[in-house]
Amino acid sequence: MSQPASSLLTVLDLVPFGQSNGLDTQFFALRLERPSWTAWKPGQFMMVRPTSFGLDLPWGRPFGICHMTAQHLICFFQVVGRGTQRMAALKSGDKVQVWGPLGNGFAMEDKPTLLLAGGMGIVPFIGYVHEHHQPWNLTMLFGHRQPLNCYPVDSINERITVDSLRESAVGDLDNLIFSLRERMADVGEQNGLVLACGPLPFLKTVQQFALELKVRTQLSLENKMACGVGACLGCVCQSTENYPVAAKRNWPVQVCTHGPVFWADQISLD
Amino acid sequence: MDLSVTLAGERPLHLKNPVITASGTFGYGVEFAPYGDLTSLGAIVVKGLSLKPRSGNPTPRIAETTSGMLNAVGLQNDGVENFVRHTLPRLPWQELPVIANIYATEPQDFAELGAILAAEEGIAALEVNISCPNVKQGGILFGQDPRLAAAVTKAVRKAAPNKHLMVKLSPNVTDIAAIARAVADAGADSLACINTLSGMAVDVRSRRPRLANVIGGLSGPAIKPVALRCVWQVCNAVSIPVVGLGGIASAEDALEFILVGASAVQVGTANFFRPDFAFDLVRELPKACEKLGVHSLEELRGSLRV
Repeated sequence: MSQPASSLLTVLDLVPFGQSNGLDTQFFALRLERPSWTAWKPGQFMMVRPTSFGLDLPWGRPFGICHMTAQHLICFFQVVGRGTQRMAALKSGDKVQVWGPLGNGFAMEDKPTLLLAGGMGIVPFIGYVHEHHQPWNLTMLFGHRQPLNCYPVDSINERITVDSLRESAVGDLDNLIFSLRERMADVGEQNGLVLACGPLPFLKTVQQFALELKVRTQLSLENKMACGVGACLGCVCQSTENYPVAAKRNWPVQVCTHGPVFWADQISLD
Repeated sequence: MDLSVTLAGERPLHLKNPVITASGTFGYGVEFAPYGDLTSLGAIVVKGLSLKPRSGNPTPRIAETTSGMLNAVGLQNDGVENFVRHTLPRLPWQELPVIANIYATEPQDFAELGAILAAEEGIAALEVNISCPNVKQGGILFGQDPRLAAAVTKAVRKAAPNKHLMVKLSPNVTDIAAIARAVADAGADSLACINTLSGMAVDVRSRRPRLANVIGGLSGPAIKPVALRCVWQVCNAVSIPVVGLGGIASAEDALEFILVGASAVQVGTANFFRPDFAFDLVRELPKACEKLGVHSLEELRGSLRV
């Protein structure tokens, strides 16, 4: 894995997603010039801080690395607060401080692998699908609330089968949870791997099934972060007695440096 | 340009430049090694150490505010023994003064921490965090009472007679000059000024505080005017060197602290703006001086025209 680096990158463009009903979209792909780091693992993240944050927004914002090619780095985001609102106003040529790649990526195995994505949790899986050399071993279950065209699904449709379930009515969530459990059990029987990224309640459900069905499962967490490098101790989650580092068992561990990807039995989400 | 600074006194602390990273914002230093040469810094102050490991406060522990941030981390740390055994050997202490920030809730524990660190060759100085409650005396903060602040200073002074002793003052007091004088008289070699300002943030939708601890410490550019005022008052009250901190986000900001009398500065929250901030500040300082037409920091230090 390459050493992380901090660099000032130029915005190539900002592409809105899912602009269909005349309303302003909240989903964007921010294309940045390629940073100096080349080696990265899907599931790792980066801190992004446009110079337009000035002094009034002190923190960078953490984003899972969506995709990187020889030409560019893609940061896919949804507008949820002050920071992403200001990011939605970025234009070609603007400057953005980016530090990464940060944290630990997902496991990559030559085994059946089920990708469980909830909403924006799909982002790190875009890179995962592109970087995996056995895409035929990958399947994805994607639960989402906004229309499908809000998410960057098209770029992976050619490589894997994405089963998407939109939550729009009562009962949809139950359906998602039902198929989630069935799929996890299937993969477990094949000694496969489950990877999940999404909102906390979604991850809690996946974790519960993982422990119950004894399926090898990794969860990617998100949290508010000030630094992304392990210093501010703001993004901690509680580890369990199964945590591999003895001194850090049953202890608050930084999501940024010890995660964001954790094995399901090694952290508590309560 | 020669940027070197000596925090002069009985136990002088020599710095190759006045840029020190503030406690709690730079981890144990090793976290920032990928982003710059640690040995190019003036010194680093490591994350606060307590006698026993502390798991800290529940989350959320941090909140972004306009031009600043609140934290109530609760001094999560691995304890002084783990630091000395596992982390200190990984730091380039032969080429960079490593300052240990210490935290306790009783003067006796402060003394014990001082004694443990006094035996460590790799520790150049101790920074005493007196912005913490005195458990034995109903939780009043050491840093808010001149007698308690002096008692802690004396306890550490006695336990670590060989180490430069810096005491970090709290701005949450009525008369910071009185605390500064008490601490200086009790044997401090220098003062760091200021710690965070007590503050709160509220989420109007959930009607909940944005920190689990409700109250936290405010840092960042928002507090710079308060910090400058405190450093100015303290510099006028004592003759020992003062290290200024609070919201420094540029080389010019650092020079403002030097102008009001600080010998050196610490950078804290700006290390979160980007992880290479402190390294850049070292490079930017000479340029900022040149712009002002000054050839040394000495020309600026304490030269505020009032």
